[in-house]
Amino acid sequence: MTNPVLSIRNLNIDYIGAEKDFHAVKDVSFDIAPGEFFGLAGESGCGKSTIAFAVSRLHRPPALIRKGSQILVGGRDVLALDDNELRSFRWREVAMVFQSAMNSLNPVLTIETQFYDVLKAHSRISRAEARTRAAELLKLVDISPDRLTSYPHQCSGGMRQRIVIAICLALNPKLLIMDEPTTALDVVVQREILQRIDVLRKELGFSVLFITHDLGLMVQVSDRIGIMLEGELVEVNDAQTIYRTPQHAYTKRLWASMPKLHGEQIREGAKS
Amino acid sequence: MSDAILALDNVSKTFGRADKPVYAARSVSFGLHPGRTLALVGESGSGKTTAARLIMREYTPDEGQLLFRGTPLGKANAKALKAYRASVQMVFQDPFAALNPTHTIRYHLERPLRLHQPKLNSRERTAAIEELLTRVKLDPALLMPKYPHELSGGQRQRISIARALAVNPQVIVADEPTSMLDVSVRLGILNLLNDMKAQLGLALLYITHDIATARYVAEDIMVMYAGQIVEWGDTESVLTNPQHPYTRLLLSAVPDPDRRFSDTRFSEELNRIEFIRRQSALPQPETREVANNHFIRPMPE
Amino acid sequence: MTLFRQLLGNKKAMVGLTILLLIILVAIFAPFLTEYSPVKRVGRPHQAPSWEHWLGTTRLGHDVFARLVYGARVSLAVGFGAGLAITIIGTVLGIIAGYKGGVIDEVINFFTNMVLVVPNLPLLLVLAAFIGQASPLVIAVILGLTSWAWGVRVTRSETLSIRQRDYVKSAEMLGEPSWRIMAFEIFPNLISIVGINFIGSVIFAVITEATLEFLGLGDPNTVSWGIMLYNAQNASALSVGAWWDLLAPCFALAVLGLGLALINFAIDEIANPRLRTGGMLNRWTRMVRIGEGKL
Repeated sequence: MTNPVLSIRNLNIDYIGAEKDFHAVKDVSFDIAPGEFFGLAGESGCGKSTIAFAVSRLHRPPALIRKGSQILVGGRDVLALDDNELRSFRWREVAMVFQSAMNSLNPVLTIETQFYDVLKAHSRISRAEARTRAAELLKLVDISPDRLTSYPHQCSGGMRQRIVIAICLALNPKLLIMDEPTTALDVVVQREILQRIDVLRKELGFSVLFITHDLGLMVQVSDRIGIMLEGELVEVNDAQTIYRTPQHAYTKRLWASMPKLHGEQIREGAKS
Repeated sequence: MSDAILALDNVSKTFGRADKPVYAARSVSFGLHPGRTLALVGESGSGKTTAARLIMREYTPDEGQLLFRGTPLGKANAKALKAYRASVQMVFQDPFAALNPTHTIRYHLERPLRLHQPKLNSRERTAAIEELLTRVKLDPALLMPKYPHELSGGQRQRISIARALAVNPQVIVADEPTSMLDVSVRLGILNLLNDMKAQLGLALLYITHDIATARYVAEDIMVMYAGQIVEWGDTESVLTNPQHPYTRLLLSAVPDPDRRFSDTRFSEELNRIEFIRRQSALPQPETREVANNHFIRPMPE
Repeated sequence: MTLFRQLLGNKKAMVGLTILLLIILVAIFAPFLTEYSPVKRVGRPHQAPSWEHWLGTTRLGHDVFARLVYGARVSLAVGFGAGLAITIIGTVLGIIAGYKGGVIDEVINFFTNMVLVVPNLPLLLVLAAFIGQASPLVIAVILGLTSWAWGVRVTRSETLSIRQRDYVKSAEMLGEPSWRIMAFEIFPNLISIVGINFIGSVIFAVITEATLEFLGLGDPNTVSWGIMLYNAQNASALSVGAWWDLLAPCFALAVLGLGLALINFAIDEIANPRLRTGGMLNRWTRMVRIGEGKL
């Protein structure tokens, strides 16, 4: 792939214990192209969230990114950044939406202030300019600008998630990482949000690293998918190829475990 | 409804203040029949959890009544209530919270036996526990001395099911039993519930927001919104030919790997979402039959 | 109990338990540790520590070491006795209030608030003064009856959160009687809190007893560390240079408090795994330093 937005090579991440280490991510390599929607799927404990945290260097001990790992964003070596560079790197190059992002809005600040905080930290901007920009961003996610004066608790869960996404897009990042962003939301709200993200990334050109355990959603929304099992990336391919002709035994087993909504139902292959 | 073992008859439950009422259940009526699964689907706040709690008698209805074997529960005496408690059991959503972390698996299965079959002696009880564990496809010798934190999510859920079965119930209410489990484990649990239903003639109420699994386990389905059942009937009929606008909205939003974003009906519905939600929340006493065993409460336009 | 096994593996707990055990053994085997009687005049007043009198003598010629080891009995007895009473009352009322709710909760809360609002030490001073020379038993009873309120609060709030859990609901649905649910479903999950409450109450009882006696409200014929402080104070021990008279009971109280506090920290650490650091963090730091990895 030429000029990938994200390039991960030989990523190894361990959780250090008092005696033994837990290998959360084992020698994972993959790329994400500009404007691509890449899904990382797997069950709990497979290491997908660990990878997401590593790209923004958000880990805390006992997590340890092992020597020999390489993470490049837009060609830049993320693991070599010092604190100052990291500060400008986050939000500007890479932005992250967490599962509980709805709860990561400061409850005592208005929405407008939250935008202003982020914008001010990265550029010289006046309060009035920030307000205009915030209104623009809210419009991107279908929220009326008069929400700027609200507090987070006055907004619904889905709306809060959309606000977080708008804040993430404030500095036009190249890569938006979303870690289970809609798992706690209802299916209709989930659909609205993801459809919006899909449209936005085509308009604004950012890539998405989308992490979820909902495989059906992943196939519906991603260009390419990576399947993770116990720290290893076992299969990477276009979404439809992985869905219709899975190669790895684990991928096949996953599809066989998902009841279908339409058409022929899966056979009760799995024993009870 | 005449042969329903457990039925809700026009049940309503309202919370909140007089000026800001929350209609958790509005004229809800349905029946559970032995050997059949009824799925109750809806988004959060739709009232499906309230229905479960009404059945488990955590709340009492403000209007309407629960009927167990045809007899209203409100008039039941203490003995009848005890019989009800043994006949209706629940399997919870969170496998981690459903078991007491300070007790062994053996203890969890022993208590229901001690309470509801007090005549068993110690040896008979142990045999009964072993039989329960085998029925849910777990190894008794291995699991009896263990504590919940030593088990996986799937194993814990099987223990929950075993505990529910220990009192020989007729009705099982499964409240999102697989939503907190890994994908590869879910099918095993659903198959187990199906097997138990077939072998023991249980009436199953399966509550979920994952409609694809509802299609997998249930013969009949109910779609709930704002406390009302807006569409109900035969699962295949409702899911392949939804008539209520809310059901259509819900189904078009469900992640379906066979349909990409661009080629689904959701985009058309996007503008109507607010309208559909608002109208579906209005109380609608009228019901209409739209096909064989397929009914809706028509949405006021 | 797994808590106990975990305690044995924790360094803080081991040190604390060792200290506590030593003091208990000293108290039990007091007669074997000294040939002197704690209440007989066995030497000249205010003799400095020597081979004959390891910790010297008091103004009345009593052997300080003898008084210390015999006094341990009283301090431990009052500490653990009152501590037990405080914990039992607090836990039982707290669980009942938290689980039952409604009117019972209101009533218990009302009394708890009343007792909480009354300042503890002044109340004890008044009661002790009223009773006159309060023996250790009386002090223990007073402490037990007046200091349980905080324990009720803590236990009740923990019970409220456990009460909502699915396994409690499941027990109710099975038809378990209330008392069984409180005793066997809820209480086993409270063991850490109760343990910490208990140790904290013991520390409180030991110190408060010593305080009351130091202030002259105890029975001067008792042999306890508090009375030793009282006597030393009256004899102006520090001013006349007889530091052993005052420092011996001070040190003993401090060491007992230290041992109990360490046990409490250990229980807290075990109950809240996030507080545990130790081995993992050392290894991690070492690996980062040698360049094996980074955050």
